[in-house]
Amino acid sequence: METAPLRLKGFPRGAVAQAPFRELRREIEEFHAEYCYVLDNNEIEAWPQFFADDAVYRITARENVEADLPVGLVYCEGLAMIKDRAFAIAHTAMFDPRYLQHMVSNIRVTAASPSGEVSAEANYLVLQTLIDEDTRMLQAGRYFDRFVRSGDRLLLKERHCVYDTLRIDNSLVYPV
Amino acid sequence: MDDATARRAQVSGSNRPPDGGFAWPEEGLTRIPDWVYTSQEIYEREVERIFHGRTWNYVGLEAEVPEAGDFKRSFVGPTPVIVSRDKAGAVHVFENRCAHRGAEFCRHQHGHAKEFVCPYHQWTYDLAGRLIGIPFRRGLNKEGGMPRDFEPAAHSPQALAVATHRGVIFASYASDMESLEDYLTPDILKDFEATFDGRRLKLLGYYRNTQPANWKLYHENLKDPYHATLLHTYLVTFGLLVAGNKSAMIVDPKGRHGVMGSAKSEDGAQVDDASKREMRTFHENMKLNDPRILDYVKEFASPWSVTMMTIWPNLIVQRELNTLGTRQIVPHGPGEFTMIWTMFGYEGDDEAMTRHRLRQGNLMGPAGFLGLEDNEAMKFVQDGIRKSAEEKAGLLELGGREEGSSETLITEAAIRSMYRYWRDVMGL
Repeated sequence: METAPLRLKGFPRGAVAQAPFRELRREIEEFHAEYCYVLDNNEIEAWPQFFADDAVYRITARENVEADLPVGLVYCEGLAMIKDRAFAIAHTAMFDPRYLQHMVSNIRVTAASPSGEVSAEANYLVLQTLIDEDTRMLQAGRYFDRFVRSGDRLLLKERHCVYDTLRIDNSLVYPV
Repeated sequence: MDDATARRAQVSGSNRPPDGGFAWPEEGLTRIPDWVYTSQEIYEREVERIFHGRTWNYVGLEAEVPEAGDFKRSFVGPTPVIVSRDKAGAVHVFENRCAHRGAEFCRHQHGHAKEFVCPYHQWTYDLAGRLIGIPFRRGLNKEGGMPRDFEPAAHSPQALAVATHRGVIFASYASDMESLEDYLTPDILKDFEATFDGRRLKLLGYYRNTQPANWKLYHENLKDPYHATLLHTYLVTFGLLVAGNKSAMIVDPKGRHGVMGSAKSEDGAQVDDASKREMRTFHENMKLNDPRILDYVKEFASPWSVTMMTIWPNLIVQRELNTLGTRQIVPHGPGEFTMIWTMFGYEGDDEAMTRHRLRQGNLMGPAGFLGLEDNEAMKFVQDGIRKSAEEKAGLLELGGREEGSSETLITEAAIRSMYRYWRDVMGL
């Protein structure tokens, strides 16, 4: 009883050969390192700086992608919504204090256009520690990313965080 | 359940009644004793008398099984069931448990089938859940096989009574339930039909979360309008549900169902200075970069822009402005349940309306601005109760000792009504 291959509409599977994208892959790895650092270091209000003005940021369960359902556990259309989420978490939301560790690996560049737009995937794990509890895995999933260039930086124009961990452990506070 | 969850579930339940048995505090319904939330014995009685008793349990939406042969997995209480549509278009609900060895045979969350086959020994069930096939039933070369007098029809998985209304599917272990409409009662049915207004539903997707709390705390949270005016910055700062809005907490005559309704004030929060001082979550100067999340497209025949409906024992209907969804409670024991959120819009929504619903969806769910705060708060309550060294009781005196419906938000009357009903059903 196999499950279907995970494919997100609009994102190419990519070729087996990665050599032509070796340099891009290195650049994206640096991007992930900085992105995760900001989240894991509790600098949530610096998180929006990784996104382009018209960015879409979505976290959704793999079952929704498989059934082609559009919902987002988090669904931000545009940088303004991304900033509002960062502000709410930093200043107004009520939740148990927690530590996070994001681990990103298996980066695959799946397409690059002459205009500088790059599509890529990567696997991620998010570990969460509550003060009175063991460290537990909050999410295992895959990023589907579309990067654009702004000066010498890559920015996310789209990030879809598609998680296998269908049952969220009570709540998901911080972005993935 | 992973190891940590199992460990937590273990410590959160107790097999022993407290000293003195399950005696209710002499103050009455203004006190809720801890054992209500922690006792394994109480939980087992709830499964028997409530989830498997005389109740209509939500199991899904017709939009999830639109065609003949469509099915989905669901639950009634903790018990796995299959919801399927047969060739004549009728919806069936039956236990997902093979008559043979008890295997939970349907493993796909949803799908399309001609029949169901248990993978272990290929016992076969039709779309109505009837046992229709047993390999080698007559044996091989006149040896082995099932006894001559074995009647497959007598061994079908337990089938449940089914009721649907406006595209919502309910099931019951009781074969002689009152109609769903009578069960809901007129006041509750009215708001149910404001959300399920006859338009066909369009699925937008699912969230699921486990919650380390007793399942009744979720009902209580939505029969507790007092918390809504205090816990949620988004509700109070932006005037969605705040002390001073026109609002109501409606309770059915038996006290088991409820509707919390509020009308959004047109110009943001109309909150007087005295109320502001009472609410630490009121942020006077908070402005959104993208205020579209608060837009309300009037589409319902209802005075309320926000309603949270609790339908006993396992359904919440969310109509928060234009973000709509059902929430299904699946209890696992006294200290944990899974919540399944099914978000929807309507057939006929254009692209812009669908995106509006998706954007507004950020308010709810286990990562929603309101939803995550509710989940955290309920966990804190369960933590406090299960870690308590001695049996104590919660204190519910807001709104005095009144029960039933009310027009103020500063009351716990609806929770007291629920426990009057619960004690009656539970014989406590």
